[in-house]
Amino acid sequence: MEVAQLQKRFLELISTVYQEGFLDDQFVQLQKLQDESNPDFVVEVVSLFFEDSEKLLNNVATALQQPIVDFKQVDAYVHQFKGSSSSIGAQRVKNACGAFRNFCEEKNLDGCLKCLQHVKNEYALVKSKLEYLFMLEQQIVAAGGMIPVIP
Amino acid sequence: MESCNCIEPQWPADELLMRYQYISDFFIALAYFSIPLELIYFVKKSAVFPYRWVLVQFGAFIVLCGATHLINLWTFTMHSRTVAIVMTAAKVLTAAVSCATALMLVHIIPDLLSVKTRELFLKNKAAELDREMGLIRTQEETGRHVRMLTHEIRSTLDRHTILKTTLVELGRTLGLEECALWMPTRSGVELQLSYTLHHQNPFGFTVPIQLPVINQVFSTNRAVKISPNSPVAKLRPSGKYMQGEVVAVRVPLLHLSNFQINDWPELSTKRYALMVLMLPSDSARQWHVHELELVEVVADQVAVALSHAAILEESMRARDLLMDQNVALDLARREAETAVRARNDFLAVMNHEMRTPMHAIVALSSLLQETELTPEQRLMVETILKSSNLLATLINDVLDLSRLEDGSLQLDIEPFDLHGLFKEVINLIKPIASVKKLFVTLSMSSDLPEYAIGDEKRLMQIMLNVVGNAVKFSREGGISISASVAKSDSLRDPRAPDFFPVLSDNHFYLRVQVKDTGSGISPQDIPKLFTKFAQSQSLAAKNSGGSGLGLAICKRFVNLMDGHIWLESEGLGKGCTAIFMVKLGLRGRSNEAKLQYVSRAPVNHVRTNFTGLKVIVMDDNGVSRMVTKGLLVHLGCDVATVSSGDECLKVVNNEHKVVFMDVSIPGIDIYAVAVRIHEKFARRRDRPLIVALTGNTDRVTKESCMRVGMDGVILKPVSVDKMRSVLSELLDHGVLLEAQ
Repeated sequence: MEVAQLQKRFLELISTVYQEGFLDDQFVQLQKLQDESNPDFVVEVVSLFFEDSEKLLNNVATALQQPIVDFKQVDAYVHQFKGSSSSIGAQRVKNACGAFRNFCEEKNLDGCLKCLQHVKNEYALVKSKLEYLFMLEQQIVAAGGMIPVIP
Repeated sequence: MESCNCIEPQWPADELLMRYQYISDFFIALAYFSIPLELIYFVKKSAVFPYRWVLVQFGAFIVLCGATHLINLWTFTMHSRTVAIVMTAAKVLTAAVSCATALMLVHIIPDLLSVKTRELFLKNKAAELDREMGLIRTQEETGRHVRMLTHEIRSTLDRHTILKTTLVELGRTLGLEECALWMPTRSGVELQLSYTLHHQNPFGFTVPIQLPVINQVFSTNRAVKISPNSPVAKLRPSGKYMQGEVVAVRVPLLHLSNFQINDWPELSTKRYALMVLMLPSDSARQWHVHELELVEVVADQVAVALSHAAILEESMRARDLLMDQNVALDLARREAETAVRARNDFLAVMNHEMRTPMHAIVALSSLLQETELTPEQRLMVETILKSSNLLATLINDVLDLSRLEDGSLQLDIEPFDLHGLFKEVINLIKPIASVKKLFVTLSMSSDLPEYAIGDEKRLMQIMLNVVGNAVKFSREGGISISASVAKSDSLRDPRAPDFFPVLSDNHFYLRVQVKDTGSGISPQDIPKLFTKFAQSQSLAAKNSGGSGLGLAICKRFVNLMDGHIWLESEGLGKGCTAIFMVKLGLRGRSNEAKLQYVSRAPVNHVRTNFTGLKVIVMDDNGVSRMVTKGLLVHLGCDVATVSSGDECLKVVNNEHKVVFMDVSIPGIDIYAVAVRIHEKFARRRDRPLIVALTGNTDRVTKESCMRVGMDGVILKPVSVDKMRSVLSELLDHGVLLEAQ
């Protein structure tokens, strides 16, 4: 594929992602931190995020399946997840986590389960978007182009 | 003799005697029967007789007696045995009852007697009570009268009304014929008849105050009966036979000054008036005790009322006086103001008018000096110049002084070079001093600030004046000037008891001492030195010129600068020391600090280079930790990451400049870590700055962070620019003044 097309797709993706609130300004900040001394900063951070999130989500699912649910523990996990997602700038995931925490405080199991599902969905969405983004970047770079920077 | 069952009487029947006995017995029986009836009847009526059953007993006794006598009637003739038995029975019963009654009476009669005594006692008591009732009633009446009188007397504050009312009311209450009041005259040797009840036109009647009767009345506060013939009582037209009794009482005249708060004026008053009361003649009335008491009470009340009236008069007079004074003062003030204005106008005009020709003279004479002149001409021109300079100085001085006097002179407060000022004074003085072969030394203390805030020109004027005087009056030796900052112990000068210097942070007191070895001043001249136009004879003799205004002006300037100036001298020929202290502002320090408070952040420049800055990031969330680290690395820092408080404490050392802690770490007490870090680094310089990263900046979090000694709080998410400015501020000021 040509660079221009790739770039166009990249830009479209980026704008969608921001418009639909998948990512917010924090992600922009992250990108700013990437420089010659740290060329893969963003990728590294995001990969770490994915790893962390998988683990956390599993933990939450397990905890909610216990006969006696330890809501405090669940809340702690969700808090962590919220923290990571806000560091990345994954806005929708962060918001979903917020709602999740409320249910945890109320000790509402049904609500928690529903929220877990919601969070998982959001996470999946943002993950796929990010992965696609990185793939496009790689392709652009491989094709010799410059990654367009959003003004 | 027939044997009949009958009893023979003992004695032979004698017809007449028998008959009489028979009749007597009959009447006795009748009486005996009727008495109880009467008793019962009357007792029933009375209902208070306490011995009812005694009555019964008595009645029984009497009845039985009567029965006995009645039955006796049958025994005069032949009677049957039954009759005899009945008779015997009756007699026996009678005997029994009568004995019982007799015994009873023994008990009762003493009681009855004592009843009598009690009755007597009660009667006496009743009489006594009656008497007392009468007394109380009289007293109550008196009291009523007094109250009424007092009310009347005190209801007015007018002296005449008071006295008139007193007399009228007294007259009415006591039914007096005449009532009079004698007041002491101004001279105090006579009593003058001032008020009477009925007598018209009482004026002019006087009586010497030293009469024995008057003394007698004045010596006691009780009402005294006096003779109707004494001069004070001779008011009524004589010709009446029986003059009514006369009573006199003193009325103390209390003066305003007698009233102390705590002790009621007692004996300090010497002035009394005399009130004389006369009962109607030709009546047999006597003065009763309660009437006398009434009179005494009234006299006291009158005294009080009079004094109140006097006080009122006094205060009204004082008030009027004050008002007049106020008006006068106001007028005087306005006149003074007009005068001052006139003088100022005059001075201003004169000043200008005088300076113009002065200027011409001085200018032209100096020009003339430059031209070719013969020695005499030169001498003359020099004299002209000198004189005109003197005149110019005089004009300046006079103008300055007048402005100083009205207080219209204002100091020009500005920062100036203090050290420089002294040097300049020395430079100005040195030529003159060297001409007179005098040495001049200057010593400035090390704590004397280089710069100060004050009126440089006037300070220079003071210095020049003082130093100039020193030079003027010294023929040999030298002048030593020393300048220092006045310490608190030297600030209070025993010679200046009114000088209360107040130390404050922004000011200091400059102390300058000028010592000369000149002719000195005699102690009695020292006070005059600062008065205008006054020059002591010895000074004038030297004729060093000057109008004598110099020191007066100096003093005024020094006072304007919240200071004090004085001269000391041990006597003629022993030199003189002039010392003055003035208050000057301090430059630097406080002003600059103030500036800093006012204009803050925008002025600060933001650093951009933090290369090599060692920091620690503590966060248990891997992603978040990585992001923060990336941020700091991007800015050039050397970042060490830890994920727990213990790790942090292990790793931290005095090379690290900042520790960033994520506050949202659960389970780890961030605050405890902060405290431990404080403990680990005792000296503030070694300790890294601690900054909290938190997702919420509510007040509680902020306060808790500040309380444990954190140096700042940052709200996540942090942008590059934000981190940059935070680091910059931390490193510049050591503290984050606001939560960023």
